[in-house]
Amino acid sequence: MMDFGFKLSPSSAVNLDTVDRARYDRLVQLVPDARTCIDCGSCSATCTAAPWSGMSVRKVLLGLQRGRDDEVDAMLSKCMLCGKCTMVCPRGINTRQLILTLCRLDRKGEVVR
Amino acid sequence: MVNRTPVIAVIGAGIAGLEAARQLSGLGYEPVLIEKAPAVGGHVAEWNRLFPDMAPAADLLQSLEAGTSGIRTHVDTEIASLGRLKDGYSLILSNGETLLCDAVLFATGFHLFDASRKEEYGYGIYDRVITNRDLEQWFNTRHDPRVGKPKAVGFVHCVGSRDVKAGNKQCSKVCCITAIKEAIEIKEEFPDAEVYCFYMDLRLFGKKYEDFYIRAQRDLGIHFIRGRVSEVGEAIDGRVVVKAEDTLSGKPVKVTLDLLVLMAGIVCNPDAQHYARELGVAVDEDGFLKSRDNLGAVIESSRPGVFFAGACTGAKTVPETLAEARSAALAIHQYFNKRR
Amino acid sequence: MIYQGKQKIWADYQKEIPDNHWFYVRSCIRQNFFPASEKYFLTICRDMLGRDIYETEHHTTCAGIAYHCDTIPQETAMTVVARQFALMTEAGYDSLVTSCITSFGNYTEILETWREFPELEAKIREQLWKACRREFEKPKYLAHASDLMYKLRGEIAERAQYRLVSRATGEPLRVVEHIGCHYSKMFPHKGVGGAEYPCVLSGMAEAWGGQVIDYPERRHCCGYGFRQYHVKANRGYSLSNTHKKFESMEPFHPDLILTNCPGCPYFLDRWQYVIAEMEGKTYGQNGYGIPALTYEELAGLVLGVDPWDLGLQVHQVAIEPLLDKIGIDYDPARKYLGMNEKKIKTPGLPTTLKCC
Repeated sequence: MMDFGFKLSPSSAVNLDTVDRARYDRLVQLVPDARTCIDCGSCSATCTAAPWSGMSVRKVLLGLQRGRDDEVDAMLSKCMLCGKCTMVCPRGINTRQLILTLCRLDRKGEVVR
Repeated sequence: MVNRTPVIAVIGAGIAGLEAARQLSGLGYEPVLIEKAPAVGGHVAEWNRLFPDMAPAADLLQSLEAGTSGIRTHVDTEIASLGRLKDGYSLILSNGETLLCDAVLFATGFHLFDASRKEEYGYGIYDRVITNRDLEQWFNTRHDPRVGKPKAVGFVHCVGSRDVKAGNKQCSKVCCITAIKEAIEIKEEFPDAEVYCFYMDLRLFGKKYEDFYIRAQRDLGIHFIRGRVSEVGEAIDGRVVVKAEDTLSGKPVKVTLDLLVLMAGIVCNPDAQHYARELGVAVDEDGFLKSRDNLGAVIESSRPGVFFAGACTGAKTVPETLAEARSAALAIHQYFNKRR
Repeated sequence: MIYQGKQKIWADYQKEIPDNHWFYVRSCIRQNFFPASEKYFLTICRDMLGRDIYETEHHTTCAGIAYHCDTIPQETAMTVVARQFALMTEAGYDSLVTSCITSFGNYTEILETWREFPELEAKIREQLWKACRREFEKPKYLAHASDLMYKLRGEIAERAQYRLVSRATGEPLRVVEHIGCHYSKMFPHKGVGGAEYPCVLSGMAEAWGGQVIDYPERRHCCGYGFRQYHVKANRGYSLSNTHKKFESMEPFHPDLILTNCPGCPYFLDRWQYVIAEMEGKTYGQNGYGIPALTYEELAGLVLGVDPWDLGLQVHQVAIEPLLDKIGIDYDPARKYLGMNEKKIKTPGLPTTLKCC
């Protein structure tokens, strides 16, 4: 392979035809309310960990649907389970249950823990 | 005021015109319905089921038509010209008849935006791109080869609405809920299909609308993507490739669909503008007819004896239109009472 | 695909193109990229179709590249363009045809700006007078050379020696058309067919027997982008855009790509070599690439001009498979002969992209 001093740039586009949503699909079977998120951001705004770690329940749910598992796992590891997001969610999503459930699922959506 | 029964020309026999005529007749007046289409019913006649209770549109029309059965109705009739008289108005109809009346009610409704004008979406060019009206007709007739048995369906909100370049900066109000209603109906029809709604904002203001949204999300797993579809192309198998940005994650998204439904918006009816100008009635900057007052007198025009009902003044839901029709009938009643 | 739907749109985007007496301005870069294209535009219009096309050695760049790269203000570009208008006026012409798409966009943008802001036009007239004592009339008609070729497509078809049809199967060749961004994306009504479904190139391809194929990334930029290619750190973006187009057109198996911009045929041609070297991937049949032609080159081929006189040997992608497909005669031994049949060096062959 020849080195031209430049390369094809990786695309940030999400292809919804091929994105793997297995983990999300399993999550919403176990926590159906997770689907009702309206991306209002209350959870992230109130999150104790967010300002220092980038944790956001909203982004976790979105990332799962867009195939961004690495980002999701990194965010999940920062959660302190304080419960503030559950208190503010206008859709009444049990975010604590959501996070704990998600931590038990591998990337294929299998319950492993 | 003459002693004979006052005559009111009701322009348009959609739901606004039918309901107003029924009320006017009940109040002892003589409404005359003038409809340019071959049949009454307007846009609602082209729809299948209506939110929020999924009642058949045909049932509503049936009851409205039953209520107007004795009323003089000209279908397939255009208005050649309108003129002001000392105490009323004269209308020359395309059937040659001259109608002298004491008041005029605009129930001229709206036009559905011509979706082919958003060229980048390819309506009329790509085989799998249809409009909200086409889909309602498919629900009615089950005949449209474009629909088929889709495995992936997309809905594009705000087609020709909130779009300065299309000349319509206003919100069409009902498309968000219509899209969700149709998405639910499609998902119920084709449970294995992935259904995507591409929206700019979701404006679910009406009774039970939010329930539709939650049901679409929670129970049916319909995907809501906040981002306006930017362009549509055709893949080699005839399916359509849709590009948008998922603005919530800040990433471009691409998806291949078997069917794309464009939610064509509500725009002003150019005929209504034309009639309004002939009568010296004000037209608003959005092209809809201008109410005397947007709070207390939505159904009154700038001219005595000329009234409005329904979507001629802007996008309306069915119950809003019916309420305005009744309100307009009452306002006309008060107008004659004052003149008596 | 509903062809009538496109025709309906095309009806809304027709422009008046007089078919004779044009003042021609050349492109800065085309003569280096595809040297015979401009020559054959003149040969076809003047010698073969008997049109009057005037050109003068006194015209300069339109300053479009500098304007788009932000190295000069638009007023400077306007004054440069005003001078070309002065040359046109002095030569007694009122129709201006440009070889370059960016020039066409630049001239169009300037005329539209003057229409909106007449005081700016007055200022430019004054500047031009101060700078070189010239005065000008604005062109009555402004066209890109592809507009004129589109206008003449029927006459070219009548004189055609070859049609864009596979000699072996009798099937029409599959043509991908690629329109330069500055042709109609800025002013859709100034391009034949508008911006979403332009018909300036597809009209030629169809008139000469080909079948136009529409693929999902048809509207996407070729990737050139002045600020992308010209800055080495950004060059990957340029390549990535072109790569995206080839990935999208690949399943349609195009026989050729037809273009009307100086940059597009260059990048759609040369990047195929780079992609082949980087990714090991080629997009034509049997390891070859997909030839990317200018409209003058394609018109020349159809009219029976010798491929080597048209300069097709300077393309990176080998043209021979396409010539064979159509059945065009050529002499392989003449491919790399220089002026007066003088033997000059032949280029080395790439490792991955198959060439002749």
